[in-house]
Amino acid sequence: MTSGPSVLAAHDDNWITDVGAWFPGERVVYRGRDLFSECADFSWFKLLALGILGRELNERELELYEAVWVICTSFPEPRLWNNRIAALAGTTKSTAALAIGAATAVSEAKTYGRRADIRASTFLHQLRDHLQQGGDLGQFVDAELKKSRSLPGFGRPVTKKDERLAPLLKKVHELGFDDGYFFNLTHAVQRYLDENRMRLKMNIAIITAGLFADIGFTPREYYVCAVLSFSAGMFPCYMDASSREEGVFLPLGTERLRYTGHSDRAWRHSLEEDLD
Amino acid sequence: MSTDEKEYITTAIWREEAEPGNPYAASRCICAGFDVYGDLLGKVSIAEYLFLLFKLEPPSQSQAALLNSLAVVLANPGPRDHSVRAAMNAGVGGSTAASALMAALAVGAGNLGGGREIYKAVEAWGQCGCDLESWRNYMASPQDEPVDVWLPMEHVPGFDPHGTACTAPVLTSLEHLAALGDFRFLRWLRENRLELERQAGCPLAISGVAAAAMADLELAPDQGEMLHLLLRLPGAAVHALEQGKKGWARYPFFANGLKLTNDPGPYQGESQ
Repeated sequence: MTSGPSVLAAHDDNWITDVGAWFPGERVVYRGRDLFSECADFSWFKLLALGILGRELNERELELYEAVWVICTSFPEPRLWNNRIAALAGTTKSTAALAIGAATAVSEAKTYGRRADIRASTFLHQLRDHLQQGGDLGQFVDAELKKSRSLPGFGRPVTKKDERLAPLLKKVHELGFDDGYFFNLTHAVQRYLDENRMRLKMNIAIITAGLFADIGFTPREYYVCAVLSFSAGMFPCYMDASSREEGVFLPLGTERLRYTGHSDRAWRHSLEEDLD
Repeated sequence: MSTDEKEYITTAIWREEAEPGNPYAASRCICAGFDVYGDLLGKVSIAEYLFLLFKLEPPSQSQAALLNSLAVVLANPGPRDHSVRAAMNAGVGGSTAASALMAALAVGAGNLGGGREIYKAVEAWGQCGCDLESWRNYMASPQDEPVDVWLPMEHVPGFDPHGTACTAPVLTSLEHLAALGDFRFLRWLRENRLELERQAGCPLAISGVAAAAMADLELAPDQGEMLHLLLRLPGAAVHALEQGKKGWARYPFFANGLKLTNDPGPYQGESQ
């Protein structure tokens, strides 16, 4: 029985958990560890990953996690759609938390960010399953293209070239993560696209999805672990706009609205009334 | 990416004329052809204006009445509702007003009673219409949901997985809304509710009534989702304000409500 009032009654004032708790005035338990002693020397990334995954990442994995966030996700560019929200909040003199909260929520986008991330990771896991069952890579890629008219982690809005690839691949090589199964799979897909003269080029999402799949992240874990990843790019956009005169961030004049709607008309109270 | 050409916002909803000498201020605002401040103001109700904004055409009297009543049905889910609780949590801690509504939106966006449930339910009306066999098939087979940040549905959209019988507010709302005009989905839902509940394994929820009303208003699933998010905010706002005045000390903390299954106890050092 997973639903019904008896299930609710069983949980009434009764939340049973192993993620942790605050013992007021004494201590905090974090995923079964004493926060103030056993976790006191953790990096914030290590604590974050432990909180989400329920397991500790090793130092190499943490270095990869942090490097991906530094290289791939931290553009202080206020024209990017999510960052622009932080800048708009700055120019209207709204608060920092509202700015970053809203911009973070907006980062669950289809064309970039979290929805692209989870699709890319799922695509790689499903392709792996398909190949393990004796399937063909090209057949799977073609089917995905036919179904979605796009390929997760390939192609990019605004520009085809992903400037993050070279620096990330350099770092990945330094860390020794460039020989994993999923990492190699991303390149196998690119080779197939190139050999068949399809213009799609891999973007950073497929590479990072592959890297995290190689260290055991499920698509959902990969998505959740990336939720805050754009924030280092948002803060400077907010700080910049909030420190200037109010309202001056990329203002729009009335002529910037290109109206395609109904021509001018006068309101009649309602259709039935007209008929009376 | 750089270009000398100006970029534009293309919209069928809104047109503005500039104030003399100031292109950054509007002297006239036109919504779907109607002068908002020169014509609509004083003539339209908020329900009529909302309908116009979403549909770009004026509503009939019965459509306006339906949207007006739907707004009343949804305006306050009450302080036990998850989304209103989220807003009150902002209130009691002294958080910003916007954060209270953002909290209500975030929590009220989900598969259980939230915007996502409305999206799915309006989509189901589009697929199944007024055909009982289609609804039986829809409920019998799990929907093929694309991989997304949303989790899969755990119950039939529009029905209450924790309910035992259709509640009086749901029944009354359905009766009232269905009687406001020639609304085929609401009327069919009223006539076939018991069979649908039997198939779903649980009673109709207020989200199911709202979704049928939105389908009768010919709103697309994403429009229904957005409208549902909007219409439930008044309750979140006032309950957040009320609890904000009372403060955290007079608001449940669930002092005895949490049981930790792996408490290591006070730290005893490395030898532990």
